[in-house]
Amino acid sequence: MLSLIYLIGSVTFIIGLKMLSHPATARKGNLIAAGGMFISILGTIFLYTHNGEHLHNFWWIAGGLLIGGVIGLVSAKKVKMTSMPEMVSLFNGMGGACAALISVVEFEHVNADTERLHLLIIFAGLIIGSVSFAGSIIAWGKLNGRIKDIAFKGQHIFNILLLAVIVAVAAFVIGVQPITMVWCMAAVLLLSLLYGVFFVLPIGGADMPVVISLLNSFTGVAAACGGFLYDNPVMLTGGILVGSAGTILTILMCKAMNRSLKNVLIGSFGGSAASNSNKEQGAYREIGLSDAAVVLAYAHKVMIVPGYGLAVAQAQHACHELEVMLEGKGVEVRYAIHPVAGRMPGHMNVLLAEADVTYEKLLEMEQANPQFNTTDVVLVLGANDVVNPAAKSDPASPIYGMPILEVESAKTVIVNKRSMKPGYAGIENELFFRPKTAMLFGDAKAALQQLIAEIAQV
Amino acid sequence: MDILSFFEQHMEMTYVVILSIFLGIEVISRVPSVLHTPLMSGANAIHGVVIIGAIIVMGEAERDNYPALILGFLAVILGTLNVVGGFVVTDRMLEMFKSKKNK
Repeated sequence: MLSLIYLIGSVTFIIGLKMLSHPATARKGNLIAAGGMFISILGTIFLYTHNGEHLHNFWWIAGGLLIGGVIGLVSAKKVKMTSMPEMVSLFNGMGGACAALISVVEFEHVNADTERLHLLIIFAGLIIGSVSFAGSIIAWGKLNGRIKDIAFKGQHIFNILLLAVIVAVAAFVIGVQPITMVWCMAAVLLLSLLYGVFFVLPIGGADMPVVISLLNSFTGVAAACGGFLYDNPVMLTGGILVGSAGTILTILMCKAMNRSLKNVLIGSFGGSAASNSNKEQGAYREIGLSDAAVVLAYAHKVMIVPGYGLAVAQAQHACHELEVMLEGKGVEVRYAIHPVAGRMPGHMNVLLAEADVTYEKLLEMEQANPQFNTTDVVLVLGANDVVNPAAKSDPASPIYGMPILEVESAKTVIVNKRSMKPGYAGIENELFFRPKTAMLFGDAKAALQQLIAEIAQV
Repeated sequence: MDILSFFEQHMEMTYVVILSIFLGIEVISRVPSVLHTPLMSGANAIHGVVIIGAIIVMGEAERDNYPALILGFLAVILGTLNVVGGFVVTDRMLEMFKSKKNK
């Protein structure tokens, strides 16, 4: 009976993932996978037997499920759409920690007869789980701005050494087959946590989605280790599926930014950009609210380019209001969405959808770029690197080669930003100094609301 | 020769692993970039199966083995957080995609 439940569970995960990769079926796919998870959990609690014995400690299990379930549900329901990426990272860290804890408890059962491969799997779960946990927590801190990028000289060498020490200690324990080497396990645990921290710390905040996706696949592998340990097919298939799908997804995300995974992990973004910041930039032009309102209201076609600034300011509703108002005046309004605008691919689509912007108005980069030369005004809202012409023209730029939204082909570009500070990649944007460009400073939400008020009077 | 005997003993499992790897790659390879975030989030929820391991650890612990009970209890909480939070967050993201399609 339990094997059948596990089989169904595994199949729902496969179908769920498949459906999640198509927009029309995605939501159902998620629910199907959740259903499979639910029956697998219930089945395990009530039907699992080991050497003819059922599980016990039901109250402990029920208590844990209840506490975790309530906290998970409440935090997932309450989290703002803008901080979704952080939340995913946090939940991923929880899964990693869970895998690591399982290994810690299992280490207690190790004795002189334990197979070496069994021991190896315990260590693999411990190491991967704790790296994923520590890394996810750092990624979470970076995304919400609590933790800054920290890199020191020779950090890569330090990281490699750290990893070597972890592997060496684990190999030593496995080779010697000890029963009382709890300290070595503790050392591996601590060093793995430390490695997770140092692995993510030097990577720029803009690359966090890629890192989270990678850590996500790590946790998948850690879960699969548990599957080996308990000979449990649903853990094994679920874990491995996420491990491999997560790896592919990570690579796809890198491709969307036109960078390699190695480049993301090793090249600390922004560090090399210092050389180009002392270049002569010239002056930028500022535009007042009423002027901006007039320009927008008398345009035929306006293209809005949203970025992370929009998400931070929670300006998606104000943005939709502006769109409705302009459309009411006969202006054609479209949104141009760069694949990596915001902090995660799809971030902007989710946000704007929340504000009831219709699907047809959201243009992907490939659709938007040919339309810029027929556009009168481009309104850039808190986006920066995705419209930086240096990606096309300056081979020395760290973002060189990344496809961008070619807003310069439009007649006028209005850029809303809080200040002249560079964007996440830490590089200057020539676009702001072009004669076509006008700067409208201020928080995106406040600026949009004032713009709406001005346009109403035009 | 440890490895060889391992494969002989765990033939099925080895097959499952290898096939799952290819399946994972196959299932994901043509996803539009708009869905990257929800897909990552959904996969994140699925690796929450690790909760099953935590339940087994907990359920097999002797009733007076407090260190194991406490660690197992923590593991169950964290695993549940991963599963429940993961699926709910994913659903919330996808809800937005759906509502705009209906209009």
